Amino acid sequence: MKEMSRIVKIVTNFIYGFIIIFGFYIIAHGHLTPGGGFQGGAVVASAFALLLISYGQMKAKKFLNINIFSLLESCGLTMFIVVAFLGLGTTFFYNFLANSGSWFGNMVIPGINPGDMNTAGVLPLMNIAVGLEVFAGLGIIVLLMADGAEYTKKKENAENDR
Amino acid sequence: MIGNFPYITVIIYIGCGIYILMFQKNLIKLAIGINLIENGINLFLITLGFKKGAVAPIYTQAPSGQSMVLPTPQALTLTSIVIGVATTALILSMAMMIYKHYGSIEVNEVRRLRG
Amino acid sequence: MKKIIFGIAFIVFFSFLVISAINMRPFGLPTFSEMDDYFIENAQSEAGANNVVTSIVFDYRGFDTLGEATVLFTTIVGIVALFRRVKK
Repeated sequence: MKEMSRIVKIVTNFIYGFIIIFGFYIIAHGHLTPGGGFQGGAVVASAFALLLISYGQMKAKKFLNINIFSLLESCGLTMFIVVAFLGLGTTFFYNFLANSGSWFGNMVIPGINPGDMNTAGVLPLMNIAVGLEVFAGLGIIVLLMADGAEYTKKKENAENDR
Repeated sequence: MIGNFPYITVIIYIGCGIYILMFQKNLIKLAIGINLIENGINLFLITLGFKKGAVAPIYTQAPSGQSMVLPTPQALTLTSIVIGVATTALILSMAMMIYKHYGSIEVNEVRRLRG
Repeated sequence: MKKIIFGIAFIVFFSFLVISAINMRPFGLPTFSEMDDYFIENAQSEAGANNVVTSIVFDYRGFDTLGEATVLFTTIVGIVALFRRVKK
């Protein structure tokens, strides 16, 4: 696919980092504000789609490596299953860190309160795992489809020229 | 009857989706039709859990003294949206592979099983 | 001829949808809400999260989220297998 004009490239250079940071903010604050793993992962994947559209497929392929995305997606799903197995003392998905005083375990003031980041046990870890899987997965889908479309167009042009 | 307006929107979505699935022959249009039906069903799920005069079910700096909307249909709709994305991605990749192999994308012309 | 039969079938099906949408219960008055009242009351003390929807998705009904993550992973494996090029 062709690359776009110079204004689009300059704006993409400026705004690409902000979209990724905003996506990670939505993932990390999933237990306090609306959001969570799936929503934040979709926002980060849209940053990769923006890079692919504005720079064309040939140049974006040097910047985004498919093997790293594949590794990140597998790490995300493995972390989700390992965190689920860690609470097996009581039951399978047990929230063993909530209200306990260690790593994410403050008590929550009941009722309406400004949120405390240090609460909610296993939930932030699961949010990060699912967010990693979703953004790596959607990035793989977008990159593979662009690569396949380019390959088919080149084959068609080669056949038409003959 | 004007109070039931969300349900009328849902049946317009599903009606358009069923019309596209019955009467169109291009593979990309069929993918759009399947996506429309799934979006209509997601909208129906979250309109089932509404209470009059209630706010979102989140305790961080919520306005005080009001009841909350039912949170369970929203949680189930999240799963359904992700499965819809996965289905649409798979059906569009299969359409690309069919075009590469057969040269056309109409449903009439890709009937025979070739090698 | 086939188009006329399809058209009549579509009109019959759509009339079923219209009749059921008009006779639904009024919008905004849920009938049964005991499970959701329990979730709204006890999500802050048991799961420790301010966001009730996230605590349902990952704590009370975490098994559905496991199934959904597996479906997404399997779809991506299928797409990678479709786009593989045969090296000659």
